[in-house]
Amino acid sequence: MTISAGVDMGTQRVKVVIMKDKQILSQTQNFLGFEPTKAAEQAFEEALQKAKLSREDIQHVTATGAGVNMVPFADSTVSMMGADARAGAYFFSSARTVIDVGAEEARAVNCNEKGVMRDFVVNARCAAGAGTFIEAMARALEVELEDMGSLSLKAERASPINASCVIFAESDVVSLIHREEPKTEIARAIFDAMAERVSSMVYRLGINPDIVLVGGVAKDVGFVASLKRRLGTEILIPEEPMFAGAVGAALIAAKRAGRRQ
Amino acid sequence: MGNTEGKTEYWRWLEYHSVMPGRDWKNAEIITAGVDVGSVGSKAVVMADGEVYSWSVMRTGSNSSDSAKKALGWAMEDTGLTLKDFNYVVGTGYGRVNVPMANRAITEIACHAKGANYIWGPTVRTVLDVGGQDVKAIRCDETGKVVSFLMNDKCAAGTGRGMEVIADLLKIPIEDVGKVSLSVTEEPNPVSSTCVVFAKTEAVGLLRKGWSKEKVLAAYMRAMAIRMSELIEKVGCERDFVITGGQSKNIGIVHRVENILGVKRLPVPNLEQTGLDPIAAGAIGAALYAKALHEKSRKR
Repeated sequence: MTISAGVDMGTQRVKVVIMKDKQILSQTQNFLGFEPTKAAEQAFEEALQKAKLSREDIQHVTATGAGVNMVPFADSTVSMMGADARAGAYFFSSARTVIDVGAEEARAVNCNEKGVMRDFVVNARCAAGAGTFIEAMARALEVELEDMGSLSLKAERASPINASCVIFAESDVVSLIHREEPKTEIARAIFDAMAERVSSMVYRLGINPDIVLVGGVAKDVGFVASLKRRLGTEILIPEEPMFAGAVGAALIAAKRAGRRQ
Repeated sequence: MGNTEGKTEYWRWLEYHSVMPGRDWKNAEIITAGVDVGSVGSKAVVMADGEVYSWSVMRTGSNSSDSAKKALGWAMEDTGLTLKDFNYVVGTGYGRVNVPMANRAITEIACHAKGANYIWGPTVRTVLDVGGQDVKAIRCDETGKVVSFLMNDKCAAGTGRGMEVIADLLKIPIEDVGKVSLSVTEEPNPVSSTCVVFAKTEAVGLLRKGWSKEKVLAAYMRAMAIRMSELIEKVGCERDFVITGGQSKNIGIVHRVENILGVKRLPVPNLEQTGLDPIAAGAIGAALYAKALHEKSRKR
């Protein structure tokens, strides 16, 4: 029996998953706020409580994510791409491409049937390819973040908007609203532009089905619809895509725990 | 965030218009105008026989053709000029196809090169034009004709709009950012030069860490200058070098670009004495093209 934990320190939230012999026992998430390490410790404690375990029961903790160095209780670390690949293959054994779209970063990872990462492309330089874009536009359009997706699905076309840059799109939206351009079409334009950026990363790796989408943005139906259109293929999404990085890290932690025994 | 919640709009820059004293359009043979509708600012220049007669610089509204009309109208104010007096009008800039009174539209790249050639003379070879939503590095010959150019209009990093975002965040009036950024004793490391959104997040983090506003501003402007300099270096920086567009007034940016490139720009002429405004370089170029086009049409 192996009990392990994975901690994914993102740019906005920390996600924790506890696993026992490849079964998820508990998963928790917490906003980082001003003290990311404290937020991680809290999320970990909560996950332990949910799983009815104590710290001593966990044989190995592996951390991943942008803030991987802010998890002092981790025994080891793994790259975000490595964690994505492992999680993709865990959720869908047919996964060969894992796309991870988070708050401030997007990645496309090629993996083999064992969930070992082969190749990857990352965008961490431009906010127009990540979840931040949807947040900024929801603010500009004065709609709830959760409603952006369903709003965009009502549109039959996309607004002509400078969606190559979050800042430009923010100032464009003001004049588009003055011109009574429908919010649905503006939302569609944002998702189409994001999908274009993300799919261009996938094309650089080559299209290798099956394609799995994870990360917080995978929950957004608007983005998923635009990405499907853009890639022209089906996309597999696990039930809790936000926890994929933490699941991958927990699986790697289990392997490392076994090795030490 | 800032400009809807805050009471002061720190990004809001001053609009202005003026008529050259001592010049009378009634004595002129050819009256032309250049109207440059940018993404953030609209500029109009009226020329009498190829000399600047009057001008205006104002914010672009949500409608390009209204902005064009307003800008030219403001440049014509108190001059007695009517639209009928113009022999030829050229529209340029981001909204150039929506300049209703224009006889023709010409790209702002051609107009900025032509305008720079007129403002600083035939020795100008490299023009950096920093507009509201784009940055252009233009190489031109001694006649002001474009030889090559590079442009970034896909990303706010290094543009005027990016500067406005940070001015608003730090609550420093846009007219003062240059001076304030140069008040630091030591130049800090730059923030992200690839994305204004990420740079803004970094700036907030640095403020929380206890950095002064001045230092954060300097770090941001360093990043902007790096981004601009990369574009100029790609196109090749041959002397003489000049800066046009809104950021030509931002001494914080100008100093940093000069430092990175190791090249000084030619000084900005006195506006009141000459009527030559680097912000209106595109409109000046457009008015010059308008004169040339009018003369050509007359010869036929």
